[in-house]
Amino acid sequence: MTESKTVISCSNIWKLFGRNPEGYLQGIPDDTPYEKIAEDGYIAAVRQVSLDITEGEMIVIMGLSGSGKSTLVRCFARLLDITRGNIWVDGEDIGKMSENQLIQLRRKKMGMVFQNFGLLPHRTVLNNVAFPLEMRGQGVHERRERAMEMIDLVGLGGREDYYPRELSGGQQQRVGIARSLAIEPDIWFLDEPFSALDPLIRREMQDEFLRLQEMLNKTIVFITHDFDEALRLADRIAIMKDGAIEQCDTPDQIVLKPATEYVSKFTLEIEKARVVHAKGMLQATRSPEGSVANFSILGEKTIQELARTLVNEEFEFYPVEDSDGQNLGFLNRQEALELLIGPNNAG
Amino acid sequence: MLGNSNLSSNGFLGLSNKHWTFVFLAITLVLALFKGIFPEGLTRPPESLVFPFADWINFFFVFIRDDLGLIHVSRAISGGVEWLLDITANLLYGKHRWPRIGPIPWSAIAATAFVLGYSLGGWRLSLISGGTFIWIAVMGQWKWAMETLSVIIVATPISVLIGLIFGTLAWRSKIFERILNPILNVAQTMPHFAYMIPVVVFIGVGPKAGAIVTVIFAVPPMIRMTLLGLKSVPPEVIEGGKMAGSTGWQLLRFVRVPSARTEILIGVNQVIMQCLAMVVLASFIGMPGLGQKLLQLLQSLKIGKSVEIGISIVLIAITLDRCTQAWAKRQPIHFPKGTSIFLRHKFFFSWLVLFVLFVVLGKFIPILEEVKRNQALSISAPIEVGVDWLVITLDPVTQWIRWFLITWILIPLRNFYLWVPFTAVLALLACIGFRIGGVRSALICTIFFALIAISGWWDRTMITVYTVTVAVIIAAIIGFPMGVFASFGDRSSKTILLICDTLQTFPSFIYLIPVVMLFGVNDVAVIGAVVLFAAVPLTRYTIEGLRNVDPQIIEASQMSGATKYQTLFKARLPMAIPTIMVGVNQSVMFSLFMVIIAAFIGTQDLGQEMQRALSFTDVGKGLVLGLIVSFIGLMVDHLIMTWSYSRKKALGIN
Repeated sequence: MTESKTVISCSNIWKLFGRNPEGYLQGIPDDTPYEKIAEDGYIAAVRQVSLDITEGEMIVIMGLSGSGKSTLVRCFARLLDITRGNIWVDGEDIGKMSENQLIQLRRKKMGMVFQNFGLLPHRTVLNNVAFPLEMRGQGVHERRERAMEMIDLVGLGGREDYYPRELSGGQQQRVGIARSLAIEPDIWFLDEPFSALDPLIRREMQDEFLRLQEMLNKTIVFITHDFDEALRLADRIAIMKDGAIEQCDTPDQIVLKPATEYVSKFTLEIEKARVVHAKGMLQATRSPEGSVANFSILGEKTIQELARTLVNEEFEFYPVEDSDGQNLGFLNRQEALELLIGPNNAG
Repeated sequence: MLGNSNLSSNGFLGLSNKHWTFVFLAITLVLALFKGIFPEGLTRPPESLVFPFADWINFFFVFIRDDLGLIHVSRAISGGVEWLLDITANLLYGKHRWPRIGPIPWSAIAATAFVLGYSLGGWRLSLISGGTFIWIAVMGQWKWAMETLSVIIVATPISVLIGLIFGTLAWRSKIFERILNPILNVAQTMPHFAYMIPVVVFIGVGPKAGAIVTVIFAVPPMIRMTLLGLKSVPPEVIEGGKMAGSTGWQLLRFVRVPSARTEILIGVNQVIMQCLAMVVLASFIGMPGLGQKLLQLLQSLKIGKSVEIGISIVLIAITLDRCTQAWAKRQPIHFPKGTSIFLRHKFFFSWLVLFVLFVVLGKFIPILEEVKRNQALSISAPIEVGVDWLVITLDPVTQWIRWFLITWILIPLRNFYLWVPFTAVLALLACIGFRIGGVRSALICTIFFALIAISGWWDRTMITVYTVTVAVIIAAIIGFPMGVFASFGDRSSKTILLICDTLQTFPSFIYLIPVVMLFGVNDVAVIGAVVLFAAVPLTRYTIEGLRNVDPQIIEASQMSGATKYQTLFKARLPMAIPTIMVGVNQSVMFSLFMVIIAAFIGTQDLGQEMQRALSFTDVGKGLVLGLIVSFIGLMVDHLIMTWSYSRKKALGIN
């Protein structure tokens, strides 16, 4: 793997809503609690957030409504100006960009999908998808061709002449996805893209989304309020509460080691063995004392998927390998079994 | 009142609103009951207090017209408008001007209306729109109707364009919106005639003056709807546009304006309806067409002929309204792949075929080109017979109503309104203001009426207020129970709502026909016209208020064992009252407009003075009178809307 590059980086950013957010923010210490700020008549939508997002990574920002997750992603795209701090996209401070530079950035590098689709009602599917290309002045034939490609990609081929109103919610969101991909963005923002859809369609769209991501391998910031969705999709999850990030880590780590009480509330109901991968429970890179299996298991597998092995093959440790056959470390059988069936605290 | 926010929460100057209400009520009573012991200056506004506002306005107008040379600007504008009017006039009724290709045969225009109606709303609409033009032609009113329409065709696009520009500017600049808002408020409450006088001063009389006054009158609603439309585009659609990399202009052109399509088209609908209302009234400043005919016929009491014209105006109103509404509601639809160009544009091609067909046929069959005077039908004779019979049969009733209204209600009430000292009225308004909206409302109400008092038109104002009061009360007595009963059934609600919607599209002038028919030309006829006009919004909002009550509330009260009437009085009415009050508000606004229009059939209120100002082209007087009407309207509007808003908030609606 090549050296991973940071695509979006932000340090200690704040976004306050209210009458005079800049002036107010200057007068308060960084650790002022959310409630205190609210008492003073301001809403701290984003507080003290620092985050680095690397190329090709899918980071899921998870939080309940009002936690500031949608505001944060809008700050990354500079649909909103932050009150304090800096955001760098590909090393450039977007807060210092001119309107024109910003438009160029969006025309070349960024795509966004919205919860309620944000489609233009008076344009056909084709013209909606081609809209970003039209904005940057591409010719009719070229943009038509590219838009058709995108429509086929999301599986809407044959419906390019329909109007958004004539499509179901799931189909409309496919149009939204196609539109956001039309300019071949490097960075892909998805703001609760599947929340407005019913559960069955949501599942289907998640699969579709994973398929697309496999093909395209973009840097993705995905917003959701659904913890299951986050676990299913994320390389890393950032859990937000009252505008601040409570914990940002891999799904394995979040489930195994919730950093705060708030985070652990989400993990309580989760069937951990289905989430945690063997590579997430590695104990050490060196072989410890105890019996070691004479075969190795794949790090990409979840503990649940390894259940049969864990029960049948009685070794204290199993070597764990990645898909290239490289040894990653060892999995402790006792720990894995406890995760699978729960700790032994009966009686 | 900086720094003492604690104090102001206790009310104005430390007394609560409730206390202030009582204080001003007491002042009112003292001023009224002991009127005799107070100096005359507290009863009627003394001459020394009257400001010569009219002279100032006249001075100002003369200054900008002659000294600043605005007359040249207005001449240039009216020249342009006249050129456009000549084109439509040539095409529609063959006025001998460029491009000299008209007139288009009436049958071809009727076919155009038919296809347009069909493409927008199917068979029913096509029958209404096509039928309207056939009726007009057959009744021999073609030229007058085309005179009227040619002005609407010119005025509408100009109003829409100006409205779009101002609406967009107001949307872009908060400051501009703040400046524009009060101007629009006054503009939308000023009676039609107040607009005409300055136009007569700058432009003169005739069709171009009619067109220009129509444009000015029709612009405010377009500004409002544009602003509303631009504001109500969903934020995600705009963000979607931004993320697509649109520049500010692209965002406006490709995202905001098209997404606001429905609101903008509703604005267009309102513009057209306002244009029609104004064009009909512009007959007072020499605008030819249906309005002028109607005015002449009404003045000479030719009921049969006026009914014929009235029907035409009503049909035109319905056609224009239904077509533009259908256009506003129309959603884009896709064609299956491989649809031929003729099918894609089937309406255009069928129109083209029909149009050419009738133009050619007209050359061979003259009656399809023009219905001559002697060929025209008339239903005026049977109408007159019917109306005469009706008037004679109803005479005892109408006589009694007239006698009863005049002796027992109108004259006593009118004398009472004139008897009340103006200071008592001001104190009463302060009392009501405090009761409803606190110190701000009290100030608004008293300032509006204090300005009226020092304008020198106090008595005329009180007569107008009395007419409006009587009319709204009678309208409520008719409209409210009608709305309540209609609201019991689904079908009756729909029917009555449809009737109300249709009645509301009629130009106000139309309402004079039936009352003149029944009561002749007098006070009671004026009240009758105002009542008719004002009862419509009352009925409508009563139905809407009662029908839109949350069904769960009604179900809950039914499950509590409430009878139909218990449900009505204990659950539905209390929830519907705020909406019904909005209807009352509209009914007051409509009454004010109607009182002024009805003036030419004889009243002694502001309307009569307005008519005089119009015939003497006295801009100052006209505008002062217009502003007085506007102030009354704005004050009532403020009080009712404040009350309705706080009531809705208390009930947790919206």
